[in-house]
Amino acid sequence: MALRPGIGNRESGIDSTWAPTATMDRLKARADLYRSIRAFFDARGVMEVETPILSAHATVDRHIDSFAAVPLAARLTHRAVEAVPHRSPLTPQGFLQTSPEFAMKRLLCAGSGPIWQIAKVFRAEESGRYHNPEFTLLEWYRPGFDHHVLMDEVAALLTALGVSGPFERLTYTEAFQRHAGFDPMTAPLTHLRTLPQAEAFANCDDRDVLLDLWISHRVGPALGRERPCFLHAFPASQAALARVVNGRAERFELFWEGLELANGFHELTDPAEQARRFVSEQAQRAAEGRPVPPYDRHLIAALETGLPDCAGVALGLDRLLMRLTGAASLSEVLAFDGARA
Amino acid sequence: MATVSTNEMKAGTKVLIDGDPYAVIDNEYRKPGKGQATNTLKVRNLKTGRVLEKTLKSGDSWEVADIEETDMQYLYNDGEFWHFMNPSSYEQIQASQAAVEDAAKWIKGEETCRVMLWNGVPLYISAPNTVELQITETDPGVRGDTSGGGGKPATLETGAVVRVPLFVQQGEVIKCDTRTGEYMGRVGK
Repeated sequence: MALRPGIGNRESGIDSTWAPTATMDRLKARADLYRSIRAFFDARGVMEVETPILSAHATVDRHIDSFAAVPLAARLTHRAVEAVPHRSPLTPQGFLQTSPEFAMKRLLCAGSGPIWQIAKVFRAEESGRYHNPEFTLLEWYRPGFDHHVLMDEVAALLTALGVSGPFERLTYTEAFQRHAGFDPMTAPLTHLRTLPQAEAFANCDDRDVLLDLWISHRVGPALGRERPCFLHAFPASQAALARVVNGRAERFELFWEGLELANGFHELTDPAEQARRFVSEQAQRAAEGRPVPPYDRHLIAALETGLPDCAGVALGLDRLLMRLTGAASLSEVLAFDGARA
Repeated sequence: MATVSTNEMKAGTKVLIDGDPYAVIDNEYRKPGKGQATNTLKVRNLKTGRVLEKTLKSGDSWEVADIEETDMQYLYNDGEFWHFMNPSSYEQIQASQAAVEDAAKWIKGEETCRVMLWNGVPLYISAPNTVELQITETDPGVRGDTSGGGGKPATLETGAVVRVPLFVQQGEVIKCDTRTGEYMGRVGK
């Protein structure tokens, strides 16, 4: 067998950054996972689709940033660009998708019926043990389902993939009461600010930002320890693209061994409400002095045509693979992580 | 003033927090899929050695601490301060007992030490990774005596006490690893 320079050869000073960050066993586990997912949706009559990765619109989500795609030629040949005065050299020609959600909803509005896809998505500035700027989502939509029926299907899929249940369901309020010791809907700001070592947020008056902190530092890591756990009935202010009924967002997340794996909605279908939420996200971005991209008008136009009553979910396949194969970081399940891509 | 943002902070990055210099040990990024991102920084105070954790909003920044690391030659100790010299400029600096705390028991003079300067003032002195020193006091070990795990304590000319094998005798020069405090071998014959 030929020597593999770069692997186990760090002492010799040979540059090893060409080598994969995942073992061959984990790459095979990914191939097996994708085959099982395909079989699961085939058997249920859900159609696989493919949508553009490069889109004319960026996300306006206040906590997610898109990568802008700028043609190399525009940077290199200034003179040629100056000849086209309406386009500045650095005007992006598109954005890498942060989720295939809008394109898939447009297909639903066009009458696709139930659809799924495995999509590469990109989020700027997201890098860490559980984050990589480029990652893989399994996303699917089910006309006629609400979020509870979709949670059943997520559990069925994960069971088919070898995750043992039964799956637990906790409301956002129950999870906070159990793991943080207070009611997230009624606790005063002064209490939300008591998370240790977070002096940087001592003057924060945004309840959702503070609740996010409790989720990522205290509540989330405690969820799904014994068996996978669905967190649902989110505060209305964290509805994202979910319906709000009786003051609670019909949204869920799945946690397994403390790690957030999936996010799903009983989807908002009202175009006026959707546009209002986009504008509100834009206003928050502006208030924080961050770039404010235009929102996706194609989605609003599609919703005006009519989105069937449906539920949809996005599941992080890299994180699922981490848990299925006992990996300690996302890098270990990626052929090449962000630093070696 | 130069600043460093949370996504640029790596192990070893030197920052200024509440006026004190710190070194980053670990940087953990957390973010709910649709929520606020944070970085939890584990940092060591370079003056006191104390380690603490701070959670920042991702994208926030700290001021960069003006830390310079340079090799200098140890000259002498005047009873209060320890004097070092830059071998190329011959410029001399004096370091406090606190800055030399860990290195003091390994150096006797002329060694090249790593000096960490904060705004030009020595913050921490590292002894060379290995030093060669003479044993000033140790029991004459008896062959076959296995008490004390097969070794015996030896006091070196700088005051450091190192565990040495029984056959090593008073007056011999030995090589030691200053990071582990361990005996490495005899020097010469």
